[in-house]
Parts: sequence; C-alpha cells; structure tokens
Amino acid sequence: MKKLANFFTGSLEKTIGLILFIALWELAPRAGWVNSTYLSPPSTVVSALIALLKSGALLKHLLISLQRALVGMAVAVSFGMIFGLFIGYFKKIEGYLDALFQSFRQMSAFALFPVFILLFGVGELSKTIIIFWASLWPILLNTINGVKNVDTLLVQSAKSMGASQKFIFLRVILPAAAPDIFTGIRLGGSYCVMSLVAAEMIGATSGLGYLILYSQETFNIPDMYAGIVGLAIMGLGINYALKLIEKSFSSWKQGVAVGE
Amino acid sequence: MSKIQASKIHRQFQVNNDFGKKTKLMVLDDFNLQVREGEFLSILGPSGCGKSTFLNMLAGLDKQDGGQILIDGEPVSDRSFDRGMVFQGYALFPWRTVLENVEIGLQIRGLEKKEREEIARYYLTMVGLTAFANRYPHQLSGGMKQRVAIARVLAYQPDIMLMDEPFAALDAQTRETLQLELIRIWEADKKTIVFITHSIDEAILLSDRVAVMTARPGRVKEIIDVSLPRPRSEEIRNSSEFAQIRQYAWSLIKDEVTKAQGLQESIEKGQETIMVQPIISLQQKFKDMIQKRIGGHNEKIG
Repeated sequence: MKKLANFFTGSLEKTIGLILFIALWELAPRAGWVNSTYLSPPSTVVSALIALLKSGALLKHLLISLQRALVGMAVAVSFGMIFGLFIGYFKKIEGYLDALFQSFRQMSAFALFPVFILLFGVGELSKTIIIFWASLWPILLNTINGVKNVDTLLVQSAKSMGASQKFIFLRVILPAAAPDIFTGIRLGGSYCVMSLVAAEMIGATSGLGYLILYSQETFNIPDMYAGIVGLAIMGLGINYALKLIEKSFSSWKQGVAVGE
Repeated sequence: MSKIQASKIHRQFQVNNDFGKKTKLMVLDDFNLQVREGEFLSILGPSGCGKSTFLNMLAGLDKQDGGQILIDGEPVSDRSFDRGMVFQGYALFPWRTVLENVEIGLQIRGLEKKEREEIARYYLTMVGLTAFANRYPHQLSGGMKQRVAIARVLAYQPDIMLMDEPFAALDAQTRETLQLELIRIWEADKKTIVFITHSIDEAILLSDRVAVMTARPGRVKEIIDVSLPRPRSEEIRNSSEFAQIRQYAWSLIKDEVTKAQGLQESIEKGQETIMVQPIISLQQKFKDMIQKRIGGHNEKIG
C-alpha cells in the first residue's frame, strides 16, 4: 500500500509542472484571456485527437512520419558510426577534417533544404536527406570524440596482453566509446524529429508536419493542436526507445555516478 | 642465462618547455640491465628517471631510440603472448565484470568460454575475490582492483610479469597486504618479475635484486643483491639485515632524489614543477602580509 502511495506522490512530483501547464492551457481560452479560436483548450484538442484516431487519419500521418524519421535516423546512425569510428581511430584524419565538420555542423538543415530540393526534388529523397543531415552531425562528432577519448591505458593493457588490432578495436575501443556514441544517437534523435516537421511542411501531402500546417491553413485549429500533441508524443516515444537501447548497452555504468 | 638483456638503451622524448618551445628530454641514456630467468628484480629510482619508460619497452608499448633489448635472445616484438603487465592505474575494463576482466587475456589467446571461466575462477580464488566475480570494477576498492589485475595476468601464464608501481596508489595497509600476497604467489611458481617502484622498503622486501637508477637521464647506478632468506614474511622488515640493506640503498638513491628534485636541473630542462627548501624569512613576510589584512577581524571570526 505504502509503495503504491509512494509511486503516486513520486509521479505527482515529476508531472506537477505538466499538470499545471495543462490546467492553465484549459483555463486561458475558457476564461477569455486568449481568443479560443486561436488557442483550443486541451479538452477540445483531446476530442479532436480521438476523432482523428477514429477516422484513421492520425495513424496514417503518424506512421508516415515515423517511417521517415526511422529511415533518416537509420542512415545517419550507420553512416555516422562507421565514419566516426574510422575517423576517430585514425587521429590524423580527424585533424584534417575537424574544421570542415565544425562548419557543416553549424549549417542548419533548414537553411540547406532549398539546396536539397534543387538537387533531389520535393519527393521523399530530399526529406530523408534533410533528416539525415540534421541527425548525422551529433552522431558523427560524438562517435569521433568517444573513440578519441578512449583511455590509452586500456588500449595499452590490451596490447600488453598480445591483443590484435582487431581485438583492440572491437573489444576495447568500441565498448569504451559506446556511451558517447549513444549520447550522439539520442541527440540525433531529437534533431531528427525537429527536421522531420520542417521537411513535412514543405511540399508534402502526408505526415504529422503536413497535418499541422494543413489544419492551420484550413482553419481547423483543434486538429492543428492535435497534430502538435501527436508529434510531441512521437518525439517522447523515440527518445524513450533510444534510452532503453542505451541502457541495455551500458548497464555496467549503472551506479557509477552514485558509487564514485 | 639472462632472460632479459638490455644494452646501451637510449630514449629521448620531445617535450614543450615553459616557453612553449620544443626541447629534447633525454630519459634513458646508456641503460644496461640483465634480468635472470625466474628472478624477482626491482627497479628503484626517483620520479621521472625513466624506469616506467624502460618497462613499457619490455611490454612492447614503447621503442628505444638506440641500443638493444633481447628477451630470450630475441629482440622485443610489438605483439607477444609471453608478457603480462600490471599497471599502477589497474587498467580494468569498466564494462566487463571482474570475471570477464580476468578472462580477457585468455580470450585474446582464443580459449573457449568454458575454459576461460574455469581458469579465471581459479585465479580469482587465488587472490581472494571469488565472491566478487560478477561485480563491475567500479564497485571494488583500489586494492581489490589491483588483485583483479594481478589475477588477470597470472591467468594467461606469461613468462615475464612486468609491474609498474602496482601498489603506489594504494593505502599503506592494503599495500602491505598485497606485497605479502605477491611474495606468496611468486614464491610458489617463480616467474620472472620486473617490478618498478620508488619505495625502498617495497623493493627490498620483494626482490632478489634491486637495480638502483640514477636521476634523468636514467642509468643503472648499482645493483643490490638482496640475500634475505625466503620464504619471506612481514617480520623480515624488522631484521638487522633488512635495515642494513635499506641503509645502503638509501645512501645510493639519496643523491639521485636530490638531483631529480634539484632546482638547477629543472631550470635547465625548463620543465616540471619542483619543491625547494622553504625560505623562512620570506614565509614570515607573507604571514605578515596576510596578518595585516585579517588582523582586526580575527576575534570576530574566532
């Protein structure tokens, strides 16, 4: 019983900000502080959400968005990890490329969108590329950093035992860099969702980003907010999934912060 | 026959001095040493004398600029299954459990999981850590970590064990316990051990011979035969023979420590911080300066 009570007070503490925000959001249009035409109260948004779910429109848009996000992420993760590991391992290359990477990283994916459209058209390809571009850099740079910062003592230790280069790479450098790589992937995940919306707002006919913009243009404001909420839930879901994966890969780290 | 034969070793590093200029730092010069098969040899020297550099060369982690190191009559190779190294910083793999850490050398040698585990468990028992097999390194104390590192090296049965100040980071009591355990383990199977330390007591307690090094550039100044009887126990530290050897070793190394810490040399080399004799008159002046500021407030704070 006590445990259950603790659970509720614990969750209450964590979500109190969210609950207050939703209450304020409900109150503001109803009390007439904000024009309710522009700001639909959450109760209206929820019923819009349910209607969209029933008609299957939400699921359709969500699945398409999710697919785009996953494809873009998958390409960014594989590309970023492979090149990151390679570049971090050969420190000299990193020196040559650092300035280039730092400038690329600063180049917003949104700014480059017109370029991608010019080169790849308005279809799926340029959408995938913008997502890829946005999520690539944190993954690539964190992987490089992770590999570069592997404790040399561990490498020396493996060498002194007669380990081959392959063993050192796969069994020492890769696991040692894994926490940094996952930090990059999680960062990339949030950039991925951000750029996804932008991509779907230009020249798209499906996806949550499209739903949001289209609802606004047709003055279907509750649907617009429903799309935004759906997007937030999708972002949370992706982040949660990445966290789970990260946890399973670095379970040995649990308690390090507490213990030392 | 000598197991390890190092002759005319020369090694220098490029370092940046205080002014950011590159200078050459001669670490080892005309370094000669022979280590016999099955002996416990300590290399004793002041900080920065190049003793760890030499050990790294034996481990294949560093290369001399001149001279030759032979192990069993062959030049040292980068990769070898015959050497085991214990580092001061433990060098355990944080994502592996204690058992998996002890297995890693065996994994490198291609043993099956079952064989690895059997061997690893045996050596974990030897160092008294059976109960900790499934813990991670960060859950262990420093002394336990170093035991794991020792078990890891013993497990893959190297010909030569290289130990780089393995107990220097441990507290005094743990250090003594581990020294005695190391003696016990070594006396049982007499591997060749090259042991780096800057503790005279540790060197004498453990070793058959102690090579005393000069300050940088490091050379072997003299080799002391430690003729204390074996098996050795804690009490041997109190014997008059032990005291005599310690006295002698101290007389050899005293000048070198002074030299290593000496102001003149460090200024010439343009690097490393140094400790100098306190200048009493200056210290008094500083005290007065501080006192002048806080003088009036003292009672209030107190």
